[in-house]
Amino acid sequence: MDPLHKHLLNENRRHFLKKVGLGIGGIALGSLLDPFSLQSKTNPADLLYTGALPLPHFAPKAKRVIYLFQSGGPSQLDLFDYKPLLNKMRGQDLPDSIRKGQRLTGMTSGQDRFPLTGSVFNFKQYGESRAWVSEIMPYTAKIADELCFVKSMHTEAINHDPAITFFQTGSQQSGRPSFGSWMSYGLGSLNNNLPSFIVMLSRGTGRPNGQPLYSRLWGNGFLSSLHQGVQFRSGKDPVLYLKNPEGVSRKERRAMLDYLAEMNEIQENTFGDPEVINRISQYEMAFRMQTSVTDVMNLDDEPDHIFQMYGADALTPGTFAANCLLARRLIEKDVRFVQLYHMGWDQHDNLPTQIAKQAKDVDQASAALIMDLKQRGLLEDTLVIWGGEFGRTNYSQGILTETSYGRDHHPRSFTIFMAGGGIKPGFTYGETDEFGYNVIKDPVHVHDLQATILNQFGIDHTQMTYKYQGRRFRLTDVSGNVIHSLIT
Amino acid sequence: MKASHKYSLYFFVPLILIWGGTYFFSGPKEIVQTRVESTIPQVISYNFDVKPILSDKCYACHGPDAEARQAELRLDLAEGAFKTAKYLSDMPIISKGDPEGSALIYHIRSTDAERQMPPPSSNLLLSERQKEILSKWIEQGALWEEHWAYQIPKRSSPPSITFDSWAINQIDLFIAKRLEVQNMKPSAPASKETILRRLAFDLTGLPPSIELMDQFLTDSSDKAYEKMVDHFMSLPQFGEHMASSWLDVARYADTHGYQDDLERIMWPWRDWVIHAFNKNLPYDEFISWQLAGDLYENPSLEMLVATGFNRNHKITQEGGVIDEEYRVEYVADRTITTSKALMGLTVECARCHDHKYDAVSQKEFFSLYSFFDKVDEKGRIEYGETPSPFIVVDKEIVAKELTFMHLPDSIEKVELMVMKEEPDIRSTYTLKRGVYDAPDQEVFPATPESVLAFDGGYVPNRKGLANWFFDANNPLTSRVIVNRYWQQFFGRGIVSTPDDFGNQGARPTHPKLLDWLATTFRTTDKWDSKQFIKRLVMSATYRQSSKRIADYELQDPENKYLSYYPRQKLTAEMVRDNALATSGLLNMTIGGPSVKPHQPEGLWEETTSGQGLTRYTPDTGSNLYRRSLYTFWKRTVPPPNMMTFDASSRDFCSVERQKTSTPLQSLVLMNDPQFYNAAQHISKKIEKLSLSNQDKIVVLFRQITLRKPLSGEVEMLKRYFDDLTLEKDTDQAFTNLAVLIYNLDETTQKS
Repeated sequence: MDPLHKHLLNENRRHFLKKVGLGIGGIALGSLLDPFSLQSKTNPADLLYTGALPLPHFAPKAKRVIYLFQSGGPSQLDLFDYKPLLNKMRGQDLPDSIRKGQRLTGMTSGQDRFPLTGSVFNFKQYGESRAWVSEIMPYTAKIADELCFVKSMHTEAINHDPAITFFQTGSQQSGRPSFGSWMSYGLGSLNNNLPSFIVMLSRGTGRPNGQPLYSRLWGNGFLSSLHQGVQFRSGKDPVLYLKNPEGVSRKERRAMLDYLAEMNEIQENTFGDPEVINRISQYEMAFRMQTSVTDVMNLDDEPDHIFQMYGADALTPGTFAANCLLARRLIEKDVRFVQLYHMGWDQHDNLPTQIAKQAKDVDQASAALIMDLKQRGLLEDTLVIWGGEFGRTNYSQGILTETSYGRDHHPRSFTIFMAGGGIKPGFTYGETDEFGYNVIKDPVHVHDLQATILNQFGIDHTQMTYKYQGRRFRLTDVSGNVIHSLIT
Repeated sequence: MKASHKYSLYFFVPLILIWGGTYFFSGPKEIVQTRVESTIPQVISYNFDVKPILSDKCYACHGPDAEARQAELRLDLAEGAFKTAKYLSDMPIISKGDPEGSALIYHIRSTDAERQMPPPSSNLLLSERQKEILSKWIEQGALWEEHWAYQIPKRSSPPSITFDSWAINQIDLFIAKRLEVQNMKPSAPASKETILRRLAFDLTGLPPSIELMDQFLTDSSDKAYEKMVDHFMSLPQFGEHMASSWLDVARYADTHGYQDDLERIMWPWRDWVIHAFNKNLPYDEFISWQLAGDLYENPSLEMLVATGFNRNHKITQEGGVIDEEYRVEYVADRTITTSKALMGLTVECARCHDHKYDAVSQKEFFSLYSFFDKVDEKGRIEYGETPSPFIVVDKEIVAKELTFMHLPDSIEKVELMVMKEEPDIRSTYTLKRGVYDAPDQEVFPATPESVLAFDGGYVPNRKGLANWFFDANNPLTSRVIVNRYWQQFFGRGIVSTPDDFGNQGARPTHPKLLDWLATTFRTTDKWDSKQFIKRLVMSATYRQSSKRIADYELQDPENKYLSYYPRQKLTAEMVRDNALATSGLLNMTIGGPSVKPHQPEGLWEETTSGQGLTRYTPDTGSNLYRRSLYTFWKRTVPPPNMMTFDASSRDFCSVERQKTSTPLQSLVLMNDPQFYNAAQHISKKIEKLSLSNQDKIVVLFRQITLRKPLSGEVEMLKRYFDDLTLEKDTDQAFTNLAVLIYNLDETTQKS
């Protein structure tokens, strides 16, 4: 480039910087041409960044995800997968013909007996879809016709760490990008003042000291750290380091950033390094986040009837219910992927007491979230997913008593449900045998589920890849089929 | 809506031109790789031009993986590439000199979906340029070469160049020659202020002190710079800084990493790494001790400590896991780490099936794996258990034999994981699909044949493996390490994929220089790392100015040919250490157990199950200000400020960090109390000086950036200061000023 040309371009840029008050965000020409970004309410030019995929592989039905991850492995047999035979055969041994050599965790492999046990809870069918739901999920039952139950999920891992890692990254061993990171990478951001992948945690009351979580579950793996899940927390500093230090006002911060930009511009002239301009824009984004995050986390403007809808817990920051309400607010702001983790679903013993509490934690708020999205017209293009990393056994771990039992991990079958995002409402897919042990119809592997979800975003899961260490990686690793029956 | 689009376009088009198509956010490699392609070379090289295409687009189905191979066609071997295609009336796949008569060209040019290669469904399309390269190569005789990285490095004399007054040592001749060929010129030296700061960060991970800077600025002797090089390399901080990178490679952490993520004690091993770099243990011994210290005759205790390298992998305590499943995982981790760290090869693909791109078969993976399989260890450990095998180190032993170890007075003894060979403990088998309970064929210790055969001359254990790595005929060991050293000082390796020297990896930008460096490190330096590193930093190439040259933007947008020194972000460790050092807070204590500086409250609490490390309690006093390499590393909840600055997660071996710029980094620099405290601390000191406010501002600026501000900068800072003092006390104004300077782009860069 000849010096004059460069000079003129620089002049243009300076002019530009002044004109937009440096609030340039992550601009790339691509965003103007990017059909994905046309889905956004935000002017494409102001988006934080655009996706790596130049075009949707086909027309998308959904734009955003809320993943309500139930960590620990909720018992499908006590929530959704009704098996009266287990009540009839209570106390009898799991027949070998059903177990078929399934490997067991070290927690039950030493048991002499595997006494079958049905649920202590009553099940009924609900809605026009006649979906089975247990009595401990009454709110969910009421909205059964909005939900799509997949009763034939199966996974490969039988322990928490590998199983949850598998669900979130497509691989049992850590190091791959999280689901939300893939979406952020492939589709880009839909807004200019919030991260596109946001994570919130809550602790269950059923088993407060249940399974731990690991921040790598929302890590970006080998993708740019731009795509990492950003944890939003209850309390004074909802995003780490968001708050100005004590005594520093927003006005002062603004002044500092203005001077900083000017000083950095001198730098840019000295080194001619275009990254300097990029970093100026990162500061502007950080500055915008300071208000946008605070605003979105502030529930003061939510009317009482909304709190009633989500339940009393919604008033307590950090609960699952409060996080559900926040998830809706984030979705309203066009955040791409909101991931909640609710801990405590690991009922190895004392299941009836524990799971009733776990269900109470999440039932009302999950249902409220879905209906709230619906009444705001957001459910159509927002996909809500509810489920854990595996299911639980149909036999009791430990001794089966009159009133109590436990259940061990079970990878061969479990239930999740979804709503919105172009997934069939009022629909149940897949079936397990009478023992609730094996899938006998329409199995859905974790990679199938991931492929199907990506499909709703116009993404062919085999084609959203990232080349790392010479290999093209994808969320679904080397398998996965879109389950077309689940799609509207 | 329409109007705003037009408005945007008007301003954005010029911006894109300025940035030369670089992606707005740095980082994603995929984007960089799709840069505008250059012209087709006059003479096509198989290794540099052809093979990368074949590997990337064809090997998945026509490569080393026997199971995935289609049409019995194998393009990674000459015998496959030159055979005939029966279905095309015996047309040769490749007919030397005759593209038209080559089935390969027929297929890649075909528009018939049945015939077209790669098939449209594979999503692996060839560009016109790539097709042209394949065709032209065949036209020029289709000269076949073995993979460059598997050939023993050939030493060539440094080339002669026209612009020779610029050159200082041989490195510069190679660099200048390459630039000359491209019609480019290297840059003049950086200013003294810039080069000393750069050098200090590169050799110690810390900025130079102002006193040292003054000394350097006033020293006009020829040896002024070299004196500084020698000085920095003699400091114990050199070893600390070098250790930082090695901790990434070795996936060092203070916890076990799975599920409840319990604490482990491995810091004595870290003490050893620092010590080894400082005493300049030759690289061959540095590696051999870590791989096989226990298998030497009468090994010293120090050599046993070194073997902790192979125990740094994650270990689970999760109730109910199947023991063997995890034991296999640990052995595989050692195999993968060793390959990536020492051979620059990613072999994990070959765990489940023959490698798709490189000639590493599944059998070879498990043969390599078998070196690390002869350990009496558990897959699942109990809470509170030190995983076997371990040694016990107490005060007396430290005083006598392990004097480098910083065992605090409060600790009586530690149990330290090491390697211990049990040759007969088990036979090793290939595992079908890589799964622990599917043993197939028995295997014995061996290495990938295409690199260098593990023939009868070596003992079949880790000691033999160490010898194999340092065999004069091993083509990879020296190249891989000199490339990583190069990367450490120049931001990117001569091979820009330090973890992949295989078929899918990048080709070296300066192949002759790489080989010259590799042979120099081996034969001239005899693996003396300090001597080798000194050569890098003494070069004119390293000492260039980092001002970008606009004229070369289009020709070499990534600065691969080093016409100027590439500016680099400070690493996560450096960013924090810089704030501590320049503010005067830094505690320079070397070694010992990890420390807990401030981190936001509640991070451990909110994810824990109530077992193990449930609560983060920051240290007190000067332990808050230790260098960042000592920060306690809990793998499942790593220090958030460091992760934000692209630190490696330590879950597995990593030889390169990401280099991103994100808004979260800005938040850390502006608001993390650690950085804010540094600003307060330094401004208090400055304020006490008996100088005018303007002079104080100059001192403050220089203290942090290590250079004198330009007059325009002083003016601007003074203006800011005056604005601030309208509403604030002077001390608060100085603090704000310091925050600004700490946030300057320049402060967070190595220029």
